[in-house]
Amino acid sequence: MSNAVLSLQKLNKHFGALQATSDVSLDLKPREIHALIGPNGAGKSTLIGQIAGNIRPDEGRVFLADTEITGMSIAQRARMGLGRSFQVSSLAEPLSVMRNVMMGVQALQSHSFRFWKPVAKDRQLLEPAYEALERMQLSHRAWTPVFELSHGERRQVEVACALALKPRALLLDEPMAGLGPEGSAKLTELLEALKLEVPILLIEHDMEAVFRLADRISVLVSGSVIAHGDSQTIRQDPRVREAYLGDSDA
Amino acid sequence: MTNNTSSGVAHAPLVGKAGSSFDRKGLVQITLLSLLLLVPIAAYFLGHIYYVNLASRMTIIAMAAVGLNLAIGYGGMVSFGHAAYFGLGGYVAGISAYHAFDYSPFMTWPFSVPGSDSLLVVWLAAVILCALLALVIGAISLRTTGVYFIMITLAFAQMIYYFANSWPTYGGEDGLPIYIRNTLPLFDSSNALTYFLICFTGLVLAMAITSRLMKSRFGAALTMARLNDVRLATAGISPYPIRLVAFVVSAAITGLAGALYADLNGFVSPNMLSWHFSGELMVIVILGGVGRLYGPLAGAVLFIMMETFLGGVTQYWQLFLGLVLLGVVLFAKHGVMGWLAGRERNE
Amino acid sequence: MSVTLLIEQILNGVQLGTMLFLMASGLTLVFGVMGLINLAHGSFYMVGAYATAAVTASTGSFLIGLSAGIAAAACVGALVELLVIRRLYHRPHLDQVLATFALILIFSEGTRWIFGSSPMRLSPPSWLTGFVTLPGDTRYPIYRLMLIGVGIVISIALYFLISKTRLGMRIRAGESDREMIGALGVNISKLYTVVFALGAGLAGLAGALVGALQSVQVGMGEPVLILAFVVIVIGGIGSIKGALLGALLVGLVDTLGRVYLPIFFRAFMPPSEASGVGAALAAMLIYILMAVILAFKPKGLFSAHD
Repeated sequence: MSNAVLSLQKLNKHFGALQATSDVSLDLKPREIHALIGPNGAGKSTLIGQIAGNIRPDEGRVFLADTEITGMSIAQRARMGLGRSFQVSSLAEPLSVMRNVMMGVQALQSHSFRFWKPVAKDRQLLEPAYEALERMQLSHRAWTPVFELSHGERRQVEVACALALKPRALLLDEPMAGLGPEGSAKLTELLEALKLEVPILLIEHDMEAVFRLADRISVLVSGSVIAHGDSQTIRQDPRVREAYLGDSDA
Repeated sequence: MTNNTSSGVAHAPLVGKAGSSFDRKGLVQITLLSLLLLVPIAAYFLGHIYYVNLASRMTIIAMAAVGLNLAIGYGGMVSFGHAAYFGLGGYVAGISAYHAFDYSPFMTWPFSVPGSDSLLVVWLAAVILCALLALVIGAISLRTTGVYFIMITLAFAQMIYYFANSWPTYGGEDGLPIYIRNTLPLFDSSNALTYFLICFTGLVLAMAITSRLMKSRFGAALTMARLNDVRLATAGISPYPIRLVAFVVSAAITGLAGALYADLNGFVSPNMLSWHFSGELMVIVILGGVGRLYGPLAGAVLFIMMETFLGGVTQYWQLFLGLVLLGVVLFAKHGVMGWLAGRERNE
Repeated sequence: MSVTLLIEQILNGVQLGTMLFLMASGLTLVFGVMGLINLAHGSFYMVGAYATAAVTASTGSFLIGLSAGIAAAACVGALVELLVIRRLYHRPHLDQVLATFALILIFSEGTRWIFGSSPMRLSPPSWLTGFVTLPGDTRYPIYRLMLIGVGIVISIALYFLISKTRLGMRIRAGESDREMIGALGVNISKLYTVVFALGAGLAGLAGALVGALQSVQVGMGEPVLILAFVVIVIGGIGSIKGALLGALLVGLVDTLGRVYLPIFFRAFMPPSEASGVGAALAAMLIYILMAVILAFKPKGLFSAHD
């Protein structure tokens, strides 16, 4: 096998008569951002589900580094080093940022059947979580409850949560969604720095961000990857233009 | 990303706001607990044994509700079947005393188990059996969520209820009397005040265990399982075993309360297993303030006061209980503790 | 004798099943359309029975009494929906459980206050007493046979209501997509009141019919309510088809279990012990059935919702 950190091999998934994923093979190499784009209904969520573990593929296999994770649960994959963020923010709103980020650290260090030592003063937990927050430039918000954060800050917390797992690969599902130009620019900058440590599979609608960030782009239409290459290639690919023009009436 | 924060500053905000000092909430809690302790002691020395036993009842019901609160309030698992554990705990005390009384063995095969009149043995057996029952019921029920979970826990409790009702050996629907209260070394458990103090100690321990548990890593995971189980799984922790363990601990606490209750009344019957009791226990948790450490205590005190004093005025007191409950659910979501002690910060 | 017993018990099981269906269909509709878990459904069963008993006693006509019972249950249902239930649709299930538990307390104690604690008399009209002889020389009470008939008629009527009428179309739309039905311009709050009253009316019908067979008393709705919960959990919450099959399954398993389990244990146990074990196991049987079904299908047999 190549030096891919994450690789999908011939994934297939049907829902009834609908072929939601058809023979998709992808990989993610160290130090890169690989963007996955496609019009609405192309099967992106289904594909993400199969990588993250909430949907089982009918056929095909998923590898993280050299370990097959196809049959693993969401939690097992996370402990193996697959960090992910969600399209719709999925943080525990009433809890502090720290408490959200800490979960990943806790999962890495031991099982959670530790009943006695309070977490509030547990440096073993707090320090790595704090570090993850610093990398997303959010350490000043560590003790703020999530519901007080701005939309952009939540996006950063989501990534920090994934980073707390010391992930080998990151799966980011539309991290720019709903961000203004300023938030978008800031996150772009953060991700650009981050990819050197953790490669990122980026699912994104914001084309500007994709073309700026991605080293490679794969285009998903009707469940299949119809084009693959660097941003230059993808921009000029007639099939991509057709898929997008046909879809958006632009 | 370069880290240009100096190391001294970096650690400064690591520990969050410390538990605030003596505030309104603390005052309410201390008052509640000391009233529960001091009133029965005073009543005992004034010769009002009835009120001592009433306080024991409050304490025991509060303890059962502490168990349920761990499932509902902290774990987000709306169990509508906690009477099963309360009743099983009760039957353990009853059956054990029954065999100790006539020296018959509880079972002879594959090994001989005699009855016992020792409270320590009874309590241990109640805790272990309730934990095992909860392990089985929880393992099946926790595969489901939402309304299914509510109904399945209810149905399992009904199953145990009907079993106790139609199994003739231990009294069936007539119940089983405990002729002599089970005993404890060094203490005279048949003394009303001593028994109250035993129950009070049990309640305080149950609350202390809950509090400590919820501050630990396990508690952090359980809180996340309640608030957002997808987040928990994505962080690498499977919610199912976390919930299951919390459910088992919750049932064990409620079961121990059941054993105490049986000895207090000198009687067990299928009523302890009835779905009405499961409902009342939920009502107590909600009246007091769900997910708050002192909520079950406040709820139990209020409930039993209403039952005793309102029930003394009108035999239809449950009509008023219904109205109060409806009011609390519709308009005062944070319960008595929320009203007395202010809303909980954060979780 | 044995075949006669079997036929008789199967009919009893079907009769129990049809009555459970009347209860369960309302519960499952209310859950399917409004997402509400309603413990007070058993109270409508009781209201139907009491109103039927009271009106039958004063008019002397069972049919007038029955109509009054259904109407009373439906009206009380509509009223409860307008005053209380309406505020619960967007609340967590815990709140719904507690508020409707509070309603049970209010209804039960209120009824006790008005009608007293002793059971009320309600018996089937004279033209429905007596027996019919079925093939195999089985003598079976006409009234119970009539209950089965009512159950079948109601099932067919519900089927047509839901699959062929405008109201049914709205109910189905509400089940599959709560947002969309608002967008279609359907008056949701009116629809909800109607659905709730319909369910309450069916529960009232069941209460009145069964009340004439057993007795009319406070708390009569609660055992039936819990059986109905088992039914809809087995059938899949929100599914009428699941409610029908679940009701028949529960009715048959429960009835046959109570008769045949003690007989079964008598084959290899002393009779006194056998009847004890048999009865205890029979009482648990439907819950065991439910646990087994859920262990394999956590959403029930025909789930309409996820």
